[in-house]
Amino acid sequence: MMLELTSLSKHFGGVKAVDGLDLNIEAGKIFGLIGPNGSGKSTTINLICRLIDATAGNIAIDGQDISAAAPHEVVAAGIGRTFQNIRLFQGLTVWQNLWVAQKEAQDGRQEGFFRRWLSGPGNARENISSHLEFANLSGKRDVLAGNLSFGEQRRLELARAMATTPKMLLLDEPAAGMNQEEIKQLEERLRTLREGGVTILLVEHVMELVMGVTDRIAVLNFGQKIAEGSPSEIQNNQAVQDAYLGKSD
Amino acid sequence: MEFYLGLIQIFGVHTIIGLSAYVILLTGQVTMAQAGLVSVGAYASAMLTAMYGWHIVPSLLIGGVAAMVMAIVVGFPALRVKGLIFVIATLAFGEFIRLFWFNFTFQIEKGGELIGPIGAEGFRMIRYFPENGWSTGGLAAFIWFWAIIIMAAVWWMDRSRAGSVLRAVGEDEVAAQSVGVNLTVVKVSAFAASGLIAGIAGALYAHYTTHIEQENFTVLLATFAIAYPLLGGLRNIWGTLIAVIFIQGVLTEVLRFMGDWRNLLYGLLIVLAMNFRPHGLIDANVTARLKRLFGAQRSANDA
Repeated sequence: MMLELTSLSKHFGGVKAVDGLDLNIEAGKIFGLIGPNGSGKSTTINLICRLIDATAGNIAIDGQDISAAAPHEVVAAGIGRTFQNIRLFQGLTVWQNLWVAQKEAQDGRQEGFFRRWLSGPGNARENISSHLEFANLSGKRDVLAGNLSFGEQRRLELARAMATTPKMLLLDEPAAGMNQEEIKQLEERLRTLREGGVTILLVEHVMELVMGVTDRIAVLNFGQKIAEGSPSEIQNNQAVQDAYLGKSD
Repeated sequence: MEFYLGLIQIFGVHTIIGLSAYVILLTGQVTMAQAGLVSVGAYASAMLTAMYGWHIVPSLLIGGVAAMVMAIVVGFPALRVKGLIFVIATLAFGEFIRLFWFNFTFQIEKGGELIGPIGAEGFRMIRYFPENGWSTGGLAAFIWFWAIIIMAAVWWMDRSRAGSVLRAVGEDEVAAQSVGVNLTVVKVSAFAASGLIAGIAGALYAHYTTHIEQENFTVLLATFAIAYPLLGGLRNIWGTLIAVIFIQGVLTEVLRFMGDWRNLLYGLLIVLAMNFRPHGLIDANVTARLKRLFGAQRSANDA
């Protein structure tokens, strides 16, 4: 298993944002996490990244327990992520965004102080070029991230997450605000990543993307998992339809 | 001539002080601790030369290291707070150090007279340069030797990966964490570098004025420290240098007739600048325009 969540809970006062969630995600798969607004999807991602402390439960990535890790240790353990509201380093160039991400998670720890902090781009260059190419941003390397178009920013954020060489990607609504064409390109990218061996947790509202690209889906409602299965099983699940459309009685 | 050399000395020391704040401002924190850190370097190195007869260079470096240690001591608790609370925490720290010097008396006998800091009266007779026959010009050159070394070091750091990482933290701490940046290491390192730089500035200051007291290290100096990089902009170190020359050379001298009212104006200036030019006087647009100007000239020359 690439990611194992064991009875993971997060309570904000009386609100149970995530409530006893068990989730096992197999390596090399694209796993969809869906649910109505406020069902705890983003909270789950933030819990895995250790940006917020869980009330109870355990998190393990590739067999390594990260339930009490610091956020940067989670990245070192192999988790990369994007945000629902794009969070780039706006005042840095496209290239610098990737430079910060790449070294920090990767070979930084083995390098000496000088090479890690005070050297120029050096051997990072080749790697970063390939990420730029992947994100189709090769022509924009010296543009400030804040000056990119919306679609380009989304692509850069994905590339930045990839620059940390993760085993697993957590994508929080990567298709939000995208047009049909961009969603198609995103789908292609996700397939490419899966072929490259990256496991993906995809939180998304755009159903055609989720149904088209995922291998397995879990559905959250009020912080609890109400269904899990293949895309076709989920589509025909009565509990899921009730959660989205309301019960008809 | 003496007047201008004196001014050049002030430019050098204040540029170093401004760069000490620049390093921390890059991480997105507004610090008011710089005056305190400068005073640690000033007192430590002055005690070494005046009381124990050290050479200026090692005393300068020890002054820097002493301020660096103090900066790390503030750095750790300061990490827990952000924004306005951080400003207040560092302000309190700066005042704490100043009041420490206010009460600090430690003298030894040397050549038949007592020498060393006496509380509120301050620390007189820091006469390393006059005793060793340095001219004002030589002293100005010595100060700028250090200023240039420090400018070069900060410029290098800024362009290396460390600069991008500091800026990344300043832009968005959450995003920085989620690409693997260890915030504690980065912020404490920035503080340490800032302390080292501020300490060296303090050591230079103590020796060119020959007399220091707690009054020299008030909130006004802390305000200057952040005003230079904020006015000059955080795009590169040159903005800080230009702001120092503008504030110390133009404003301070031209507005001398205003007396203490000047200080009010500095505060007003920062508020206005942050409102109307949030990225400093020399922001991305100005840089681009300058580049175009010089780029155009160069291609005209080529033709």
